[in-house]
Amino acid sequence: MTLLTDDQRQLHDMAKSFLAEEGTIKKQLRHWRDTGCKDGFGHGLWKQFAELGLTGIAIPEDNGGLGLGATEAALVLEEVGRNLTPSPFLTTAVAAARALEGTAQGNRWFPGILAGDTVAALAIDEGKHHRPGAVATTATRSGNGFTLSGAKQFVVHGASADVILVAARTGGSVGEREGVTLFAVERDANGLDIENVTLADHSKAARLTFNDVVVDADAVVGEVDNGWAPLSRALNAGRAGSAAELVGVAAGSADMTTDYLKQRKQFGKLIGEFQALQHRAAHLFSEIEIARAAAYKAAELLDAGSDRAELMVHVAKAKAGRAAALSVQEGVQMHGGIGMTDEHDIGFYMKRQAVLDRLFGDWRFHAGEVARLAGY
Amino acid sequence: MAEAADLTQFREETRAWLEANCPPEMRQPVKSEEDVCWGGRNFKFQSDAQKRWLEVMAQRGWTTPDWPREVGGGGLTPAESKILKEEMRRIGARNPLNSFGISMLGPALLKYGTEEQKQRFLPPIVRGEIRWCQGYSEPGAGSDLAGLQTRAEDMGDHYLVNGQKVWTSYADQADWIFCLVRTSTESKHGGISFLLFDMESEGVSTKPILLISGYSPFCETFMDNVKVPKDQVVGEVNKGWDVAKYLLGHEREMISGMGLGGGTALLGKTLGEIDDPALRAEVAAFDVDALAFAAMSERFIDQLKAGEAHPAMPSMMKYAGTELNKKRHELIMAGGGSDTLEWESERTRKGKPAREWLRTKANSIEGGTSEVQLGIIAKHILRLPGA
Ligand SMILES: Cc1cc2nc3c(=O)[nH]c(=O)nc-3n(C[C@H](O)[C@H](O)[C@H](O)COP(=O)(O)OP(=O)(O)OC[C@H]3O[C@@H](n4cnc5c(N)ncnc54)[C@H](O)[C@@H]3O)c2cc1C
Repeated sequence: MTLLTDDQRQLHDMAKSFLAEEGTIKKQLRHWRDTGCKDGFGHGLWKQFAELGLTGIAIPEDNGGLGLGATEAALVLEEVGRNLTPSPFLTTAVAAARALEGTAQGNRWFPGILAGDTVAALAIDEGKHHRPGAVATTATRSGNGFTLSGAKQFVVHGASADVILVAARTGGSVGEREGVTLFAVERDANGLDIENVTLADHSKAARLTFNDVVVDADAVVGEVDNGWAPLSRALNAGRAGSAAELVGVAAGSADMTTDYLKQRKQFGKLIGEFQALQHRAAHLFSEIEIARAAAYKAAELLDAGSDRAELMVHVAKAKAGRAAALSVQEGVQMHGGIGMTDEHDIGFYMKRQAVLDRLFGDWRFHAGEVARLAGY
Repeated sequence: MAEAADLTQFREETRAWLEANCPPEMRQPVKSEEDVCWGGRNFKFQSDAQKRWLEVMAQRGWTTPDWPREVGGGGLTPAESKILKEEMRRIGARNPLNSFGISMLGPALLKYGTEEQKQRFLPPIVRGEIRWCQGYSEPGAGSDLAGLQTRAEDMGDHYLVNGQKVWTSYADQADWIFCLVRTSTESKHGGISFLLFDMESEGVSTKPILLISGYSPFCETFMDNVKVPKDQVVGEVNKGWDVAKYLLGHEREMISGMGLGGGTALLGKTLGEIDDPALRAEVAAFDVDALAFAAMSERFIDQLKAGEAHPAMPSMMKYAGTELNKKRHELIMAGGGSDTLEWESERTRKGKPAREWLRTKANSIEGGTSEVQLGIIAKHILRLPGA
């Protein structure tokens, strides 16, 4: 059954009212941008996430978390998307937590994440496109540990993270999944250069350079050469999660636009009376509904441990990426001139969509993966 | 989520029953229109297997799994119906019966019919004995369906029907028709009634029309002084529009299934080698849409059965599903190159790809056009002004 359980509905309602109250564009995104915050999000809000148990949404119950699944994460992320709420929720509490589950590094970092004190980041991409298999950063054995050298980019919250999960190559060659190892590197590690970059949506991501950064052997997350296992857990969770957040972005932008169609008058009529706009709005509605169904399905299959989950995660991220792109483009267009102003919120949706679509792979990448998995 | 124990048991029993009762021939993919079983007085079964498959399924009420047992249905819960569907798909079982009676008239009768009408009309639908056609559209009333002109005059003990319908699918093969007629001219929507009558009634005649695909599945239907007994009105006189709209919701739900393309295989896997990167990209984007739509379709049915779907959602599903199916066939044609242009050849089984491609163009017209569906979404879901 694809319907939500009562518990899931309750969680969704809770997230909805919490974020509609505390996570609004005015209180968070616009505020932190206008005050030039170096983190791009509010630590106070992250604490509130913790108080509600949400920072532990994916952390196993044995570690003190809620131990919930991708479906619950999706429900929260939809609301995060709708409100454009900046927070480390997706990368820390959903994606990184999945990578860390069942590992010694997990035991180390979970208490801080649960308390809302710790931020974790994922360093996966090395080039301008998401190619997670193409890890070129190296980790060579030295003494009791490893020496990392290479560079990463698009590391969300990289500069404010306490710990960064870094994929590096301990064996194999670029493009292979074997030989990738995942390391937990602390922000203040010697030789780690962090450039804090502001992205188009005013969120922060970092470019990292590893200049012979030395880490202990126990910095390995999971097993040496087998980093693909924790990494793919994080990727699936991050992709399914960002798909859900994109659905929220799409829905938030579409709702704002539909409201505008009912207010703005031209030629003596509400512009929502023009059939050319009605049909486009109706088409957009359909695309968003379908994207939501795909995002929920991907989460459901992940939670069920289905062997179709990975395929559906690609479908969800691709579909949500395109639905959200359509939504923000139509959103700005149907607002006319005011849609182009910084004063109006609709433009924030367009900027967030651009970033979220690229995060964990854009829709073209995921459509390509669907073809690859299907064998054509 | 783990399946409840009683459902697991139902699944096991269903699987065993299908294994024992679904003839092997009925597990082969449908190759042509003739393989589809429509039932009815004049239907010629293609094989004993086709006949037997209909009979055993009908006996269990599984041609209409979620209809009540009192009218011959299967009485299954939504979860059980879903399992039956899954188990049938698992072994590739064909649909035992295609029928407008099942997908359109039945639900309307269950909601608006009298007890007598239900008992009279539903069991023969379940058993595939009576084939129905739909008399809605007229030459002057298509998208603006409520503008219909076919008259039904009250003659005391019966109605006298005069007028013309058009695009009546399979009217020449149907046994009965459900027909919208005008019983009052005082109000456009409030003067329509929903009538049932036998196509063998005196004064009814049909004339097939050829489609661009070269097939002629639909007709003009003429009514010339047709007598219809009064107990064959469904719902109240002059309130047939409510019945008509309710039925359309079910029709649209049925048509939206086109979006699933009849199978679970990804399009890119069925096209053979794709040596053009632009086509591969287009096909991959299509497969994303198709798998997302399949997820939507499952969610929609679950919501519908749980009473959580917006009443206008069938319009969204119809719109999305039919546009998707048109796209699918555009890509099949593109992938097939000049092979798929062959019209009469044996290699293409008499032009199957091209004819199907052309047939799908009707998907976004029949049952209400895409433009009409978008209008309904705009008005009833988005509540846009003046829509
Ligand atoms: C294969 C096939 C099978 C069919 N089977 C049946 C059947 O069994 N029984 C039956 O009763 N009917 C049947 N139909 C008829 C079908 O329901 C009508 O064709 C359909 O409702 C459109 O009506 P029309 O053909 O008169 O087109 P029109 O209504 O004349 O439409 C022409 C064009 O104008 C557009 N348009 C019309 N109004 C608007 C508007 N308000 N806003 C924007 N655009 C608009 C339409 O979308 C369309 O693009 C069938 C049709 C086909 C193609």
